[in-house]
Formats: sequence, C-alpha cells, structure tokens
Amino acid sequence: MTAHPAAIAAAPLPSAPGASISVRDVTVTYANGFTAVNNASFDLDPGSICALVGVNGSGKSTIFKAIMGFVKPVAGEVRLCGLPVEAAIRRNIVAYVPQSEDVDWNFPVLVETVVMMGRYGHMNFLRMPSRVDRDKVDEALARVGMSEYRHRQIGELSGGQKKRVFLARALAQEGRIILLDEPFTGVDVKTEMAIIELLRELKAAGHLMLVSTHNLGSVPEFCDHVVLINRTVLAAGPTAETFTQANLERAFGGVLRNFRLGGASLHDDDDTRHLTVLSDDERPLVFYGDKQSRQQGGEGKP
Amino acid sequence: MSEGGLLAELLVPFSYGYMLKAMWVSALVGGVCAFLSAYLMLKGWSLMGDALAHSIVPGVAGAYILGAPFAVGAFFAGLLAAAAMQFVKLKSRLREDAVIGLVFTTLFALGLLMASIWPTSVSVQSIVLGNILAISDEDVVQVAIIAGVSFLVMAFIWKDLMVTFFDENHARGVGIDTRRLKIVFFTLLSACTVAALQTVGACLVIAMVVTPGATAYLLTDRFGRLILISIGLGVGTSFVGAYISYFLDGATGGVIVTLQTVLFLAAFYLAPKHGVLAARRRQQVAAEASA
Repeated sequence: MTAHPAAIAAAPLPSAPGASISVRDVTVTYANGFTAVNNASFDLDPGSICALVGVNGSGKSTIFKAIMGFVKPVAGEVRLCGLPVEAAIRRNIVAYVPQSEDVDWNFPVLVETVVMMGRYGHMNFLRMPSRVDRDKVDEALARVGMSEYRHRQIGELSGGQKKRVFLARALAQEGRIILLDEPFTGVDVKTEMAIIELLRELKAAGHLMLVSTHNLGSVPEFCDHVVLINRTVLAAGPTAETFTQANLERAFGGVLRNFRLGGASLHDDDDTRHLTVLSDDERPLVFYGDKQSRQQGGEGKP
Repeated sequence: MSEGGLLAELLVPFSYGYMLKAMWVSALVGGVCAFLSAYLMLKGWSLMGDALAHSIVPGVAGAYILGAPFAVGAFFAGLLAAAAMQFVKLKSRLREDAVIGLVFTTLFALGLLMASIWPTSVSVQSIVLGNILAISDEDVVQVAIIAGVSFLVMAFIWKDLMVTFFDENHARGVGIDTRRLKIVFFTLLSACTVAALQTVGACLVIAMVVTPGATAYLLTDRFGRLILISIGLGVGTSFVGAYISYFLDGATGGVIVTLQTVLFLAAFYLAPKHGVLAARRRQQVAAEASA
C-alpha cells in the first residue's frame, strides 16, 4: 500500500474474536405485503470477507436491514456473535459503512466529528467524549491515512477520502462485524486497492466483513466467501466453489453482459478453449475455459 | 436635541414594563426557534414549519373563544393537521407537498373564519401578525415554559439529533432510538411554533425556524458552532427587533424578520468561505493560476 504510508505506521488493530453472522430461514415481508427476502439462510465465521452479490432489488439491502435490526423478519432469525440483533446492536457489534450516494456531503460536519460518531455507542447519554474516545478517533484516522484531513468539511474530500472517513468511523466504533454498502462505487483503482488492503488487515484481526457489491471483477480478489441472492439465497460458501459462472448466471439471469470468446476469435490454432467475460459494466469477470481465471480482468473498464 | 436627550430617548423602551416583557419574551422565543432551525433546514423540511404555523391557527382562535390556554388549542389543531395529512396521503395518490399545501391552507382559512365570526379578545390580525407588545401575563407564562423546556431538552439531545439527521442507519446502529428522537424534535418544533405565533404571527414563524440556521450554515462547517451562531442570531435579532419596533411603531414580527434577512444577506455575500464574494475570489485565483 504505497499510497497511504500512514496506514502502515498505525498501531495494530485490536483483535475481534468470535465475530459471526447466522441468518436462519429468514423471511422479510414489508408493511405493503411485499416479500423482499424469502427463507434465506447463510452462516459466516470470524476473520472473513464475504461478498453479498445480487441484482438491484434482489434483497441485498433488506439483508443488511435485517442484520442491523431495522426490519424484523416475519420468520426465521438473525444472530450476530451468537446474540439476537438487538443485544448485538447494544454492544456496538455492528458497524455500517454507507453508500456514498446515501450521504449528505454538504452536512456541516468535519471529518473528525464523523469519526467521533462511531464512539457514540460507547459514551454516556450526553455523548461527552472521554480521553479513550479521542484516542480511538486519532488511531482510526491514522489507520486510514486521514489524520491531516481531520478538520476538513466532509464534502471537500475526494471520493476515496470520503470512503476512508467512514471506514475510520467503523474502526472507531470497534464493531466486530462491518457492513459495507457498495464500497467501490465512485472510487478510483488506487483507493480500491487501499480499501481492500485495509479490509484484509481487519480480516486478519478477526473481523467479519459483509460487502454488498455488484463489482463482480474484484470479488474473487479479496472475498473469501460469497453469498449470491435473488430474493432468497441462491448459493453461499467459499468463493472458489460458489462464485462460478453457472451460479452467477442464475443470480443475474440475463442482466449481465456475457461475452464468450473462443476458437477463431482468440487464436489461430486448434485450441478449442474459450474465454467468458461477465460484466455489469463495472470491472469484468473473466472465465478462461470453464475455470475462473486467477488473473483478474484488468483494471480497465470494458 | 442634546446628546443626553438622545440617550434618554434611546432608553425609553426599557422604562416600560410591556416593552421589557416584549423584548425578553421575543429573545427567548427567537433563541429556541433558532436552535431548531439549525436542524430543520438540513433535511429539506423547512416549509414544514410554515405548514405547522398555519395549521394551528384554528386551534389558537378556538382556545381564545373558549377562554382555554392557547397552547392546548394549538396542540389539538396540530394533531388534527397531522392526522388529516396522513389521511389524505393514504387515501389519494397526491404527492406530499400537495397534501401539505391543501391541509394547511384549509385549516388556516378555518382559523381566520372562526376568529372573524366570533370576535374575541384577540383579533385576526394579532394571530396572523403577532402582537407581542400586548401579550397577556398568562401567555407569557406559557411561552416561557415552552421555550425553557425546549431549550433544556435540545441541550440534552443535540448530538443524538445531529447523528440521526446525518446518518440515520448509523444512529440506529449505535443504539439511538431515532424514531423517538424525531417525534421529540417535531413535538418541540410544534410547541415552539405556537410560542413564536405570539411574537411574529403565523405568517412569519417560518422565518424564525429557518433564517438563523440558514445564515449560520453559510458561516461555519462545525455543527456545534452552527448551533451557537444560530441561537445568537435568533436571540439578538428578536431582542433588537422588539426594541426597534417601539420607535418604528411597526409590527414587531416584521422588524425581527427584516433584521434576520439583513444578516442573512450579509452572510450570503460576505461569508469567508461559503459567501458569493469568496466564491468569486476563488474563481479569479483559479483563472489566474491557469492563465
């Protein structure tokens, strides 16, 4: 991570033992009668980065809401670190990194104020920061390399810096489970690498991260688990077994661009192997032959 | 006139009990409305204050007709307005702004009609334009209680409200009951709107719960400071406005809101970072740098 040397210099991350998510037979029906998620189940263990992949309207955000306790399943149960959701929230177990479009960037707050918001669950009802709270904020800012921007208004930052502020907030909150909503939208490749690097460090410290994304190309690169959903869980498990062409085509139906290049369009010889490119117009996912290529589909957009 | 005579003249308002009362009651109401304005304008809810102020007019008129405390009447009218809006929204396909517009003008018209058919001690004019100079002692007590309690509650919840308005998901994630918090906020807003009715009248309440916050928004990027600046502006303009209205013999509400607008315009042009002139300066610098 050459871009942010400050992040390397920071203190080691606190370990987060026992972070787990268990979603058991969860069905969520909204007040208007719409069932967004039906009978969904998956389990995630500590020290893992899991991608939550599905088309728009597949229930990704409903799963997030169920994990944060914003919607109550009509059937089934979500448990976090073995606790019911409400108890887990009270213990600051879940940190949430919002999508950039969901944030009011003109809001009159400074970077350090936003990061301090991560500490609110640890403070008394007047939210008076203690020495510890201030130290945690300093540490979190240093860890994402944003210390020198702490007195900036949040709207003055670049796309990647904005993202890092909210990651710092999650660090300051010390949530063992971190939910990230589309973390790579509007972020350049350098920042994407920096974010992935940070997520890997958190993973090594035992954190559990669930990343909602439609950026298929980067999933195998940093996610060890994948949950594919479309109104229910289609497949869940280790990336190598789950993130297959067949499963993705099931999850996305005809929504993805699918290029199948083989034979004459690739080579002049008799090699019959072919190449498949799956893309939703972000980073493409490349399958070589019927196996997923270890080489990712390049930094360029299709 | 000699210099001593001028000074004596300027101090005249302080020698009248009703003027003193008008000044400090206005300052109190102006301050607490300004506190709320720091939040209201952040969410695009500014016009809600306007709708509220107009909707409670029939309640206030009814309370005066029956001789009940005006705050009680306003409370019921406010509930009626909220219920009516919800009902129309659920039962029709109208958009929210149309529903709000419909309901608040209907209630406002009803209030004016009531006050003109059954004349009371309080004229239509003083409900619409406010009449702080003639406020009764019972009303002063009500206004003082509303403003005092609102200040106290806001002092406790201002940070939680900030997080809630900034990022509701996160607020809930750290265990803040955002729904209850929003109910508290809108209850305080309604109560303070009622209180402000007394000073500036139904038509200008909206300025009290928008302008100070909007001005402060242009002057700072720190939310804590924004609140302090906003309250300062609210208290200052309300106190001075009531004072000046003695000399102008004009409607107090008009003077207060005019003062607030003058300060807003000053900030709009002169604010060090977010003002029009500062933006122009930056443009020039950028143009010179690229030239």
